[in-house]
Amino acid sequence: MTDVTEFKALGTLSPGVSGIVADFDMQNDHNRTDMVDRLREMGFAEGLEVEFLHQSPFGRDPIAVRVGAMTVALRRKEANLIRVTTT
Amino acid sequence: MNRPSLVAVVGNPNCGKSALFNTLTGLRQKVANYPGATVERRSGVLLGDETIELIDLPGSYSLTPRSPDEAVTQQVLSGTHALERRPDAILCVVDATNLSQHLRFAIELRSLGMPMVIALNMVDLAERERISIDVTSLSEKLGVPVVETVAVRKRGLTELKEQITKALVDGPRDIVDYGDTVGLRQRAARKIASEITLSEGIGHKTTRILDKVLLHPILGMIVLASLLFTMFQAVFAWAETPMDLIEGGIGSLQTFFAGSLAEGWFLSLLNDGLLAGVGAVVVFLPQIIILFLFILILESTGYMARAAFLMDRMMASAGLNGRAFIPLLSSFACAVPGIMSARAISNDKDRLTTILIAPLMTCSARMPVYTVIISAFIPNTLVGGTFGLQGLVLFGLFLMGIVSALVVAAVLKRTVVKGSADTFMLELPKYQSPNWRFVFIGLYERARIFLKRAGTIILISTVVLWVLTLWPFAPEGADKPDVAYSMVGIIGGWLEVIFAPIGFNWEISAALVPGMAAREVAIAALGTVYSLQGSEEMIEAGLVATLNGLWSLPTALSFLVWFVFAPQCLSTIAVTRRETGGWKWPMFMVAYLFALAYAASFITFQTASALL
Repeated sequence: MTDVTEFKALGTLSPGVSGIVADFDMQNDHNRTDMVDRLREMGFAEGLEVEFLHQSPFGRDPIAVRVGAMTVALRRKEANLIRVTTT
Repeated sequence: MNRPSLVAVVGNPNCGKSALFNTLTGLRQKVANYPGATVERRSGVLLGDETIELIDLPGSYSLTPRSPDEAVTQQVLSGTHALERRPDAILCVVDATNLSQHLRFAIELRSLGMPMVIALNMVDLAERERISIDVTSLSEKLGVPVVETVAVRKRGLTELKEQITKALVDGPRDIVDYGDTVGLRQRAARKIASEITLSEGIGHKTTRILDKVLLHPILGMIVLASLLFTMFQAVFAWAETPMDLIEGGIGSLQTFFAGSLAEGWFLSLLNDGLLAGVGAVVVFLPQIIILFLFILILESTGYMARAAFLMDRMMASAGLNGRAFIPLLSSFACAVPGIMSARAISNDKDRLTTILIAPLMTCSARMPVYTVIISAFIPNTLVGGTFGLQGLVLFGLFLMGIVSALVVAAVLKRTVVKGSADTFMLELPKYQSPNWRFVFIGLYERARIFLKRAGTIILISTVVLWVLTLWPFAPEGADKPDVAYSMVGIIGGWLEVIFAPIGFNWEISAALVPGMAAREVAIAALGTVYSLQGSEEMIEAGLVATLNGLWSLPTALSFLVWFVFAPQCLSTIAVTRRETGGWKWPMFMVAYLFALAYAASFITFQTASALL
């Protein structure tokens, strides 16, 4: 077993899992940078603790995530732009 | 120059901004619309100081607009808005329980260099969550005064007013720039927040516990469905007594006039025109108030965002997102505020689709129509020993509207308003006990608008209709009732040709015309038409009993279904024109609704006639 920290996309997690935001999946793509800005505006930031709280009864998408003192609802596709280290 | 100083109230969504605005201005608010633009302008004079006017700008996360209403905030603050002058100062509202997030917007606002006061709101909640903030230090770091407030309990208001007055006198502030990207501002905000927060919070426990139930995959859906169901049952059950009282009052007025005034045109105008017409509409005030009460409470408690979360997937299947659920739910009260609240939807195509399907949500103005017909034709029995059959039928009509709205949206998104779907991203605010002041102001506003309509559009159209039901006069020795020879009878006769296949007689056809002014007028019109046909019995038995004797069940069902889709009222058409910036979409909306209404009523009438 290695002790290497593993990055996971937030949108791939399940309810009950917590982690720390490592970074955002940025590529030189305008739409994506804009979406990352939107995620930041909703409170996501490097180093913040996130906790996967709930998922929709239909198709398990969207999801509700606690970030800092806020709870944010978003779809898994956008959540996947956030990479976290799970604890 | 005695123009009042303009102070903009700004903040993130869910910071208690509107609650603070309400306590600062009281009931003397002015709600107007920017002409030609799409955003409501809510303003009011500061209580106790006539020289300061507050304007409540739409909640925003940053000065980079993500939706048409956030664009207004950005334009007004930068002084580039076409119709609003640049404010003299900013009152920035910050949620004390979510400091680092809300400070990011506050420091972005500081880069504007305008006079500014920060209201550190909801400090009572922060105390309960054991968050401790060094206010003096925060004020020093940001270079602007910070006042602790609790909007709902009116705490800190006196000091806030003093600071606003002082900020206006002191004039512009030094510009403080923390960087021009979200990331940089975020870092600066977190640094400040961590320096001035003396103890970290324990989070809002109640919210976590409530969400475990309310967002639970099964329980959550059960709660949402029961909430909506209760809402519709309550609209019927709770309103019964006040409605009986109003109806009784109108009845005794009519009897009083009939007894004390001489028989003649004036008595007829009073009893058959005004009281029968306007009265038939005013009687629904209790139902409208109950419906709005539910919606305002759901909004005020923070549940609305949860409903959006639960509904997102279903809305996605129609090509929309969960956010569209909120305007659509408001459209149950009235399509006009519903269509206006679609401004919060960032994607243009999604917004247009939401606007186009909003009239399919059964608005409260259709309630009079449903109530009268249901009371006349659906027996008041219990199904399974618990649910009233009448309530169930009403629920079914609402459901019919919802389902067809989703189908229409799916079709529109694939044809006329093609475009990529926007994503869903929404803050789920903390649960709060309902802010009764907000609820009360909302109810007061809706009741006022409703009664004003009853006193203007509806009053005028009933009088016009009354004239048209009498003129031209019937010939001597006519064998049909006088109304049949009047203008209404003639127009009704023309329209009857079109509407006969869906089971409408000439009285109904005639009532549909004034029904375009406002839907509830259709009922007022029926009241007037039938009242003139057989004055005495009508006054005694009321419209419900009269219809029961005159219409067949298939006609009644067809009429109900017609109103599920019925081409909407003039105000809805007007607001759609304004929100979509032209006649193209409102025309399209009227056409498709008319076609749907006709087709659905045709099927209902023909099927019911064949079966019964």
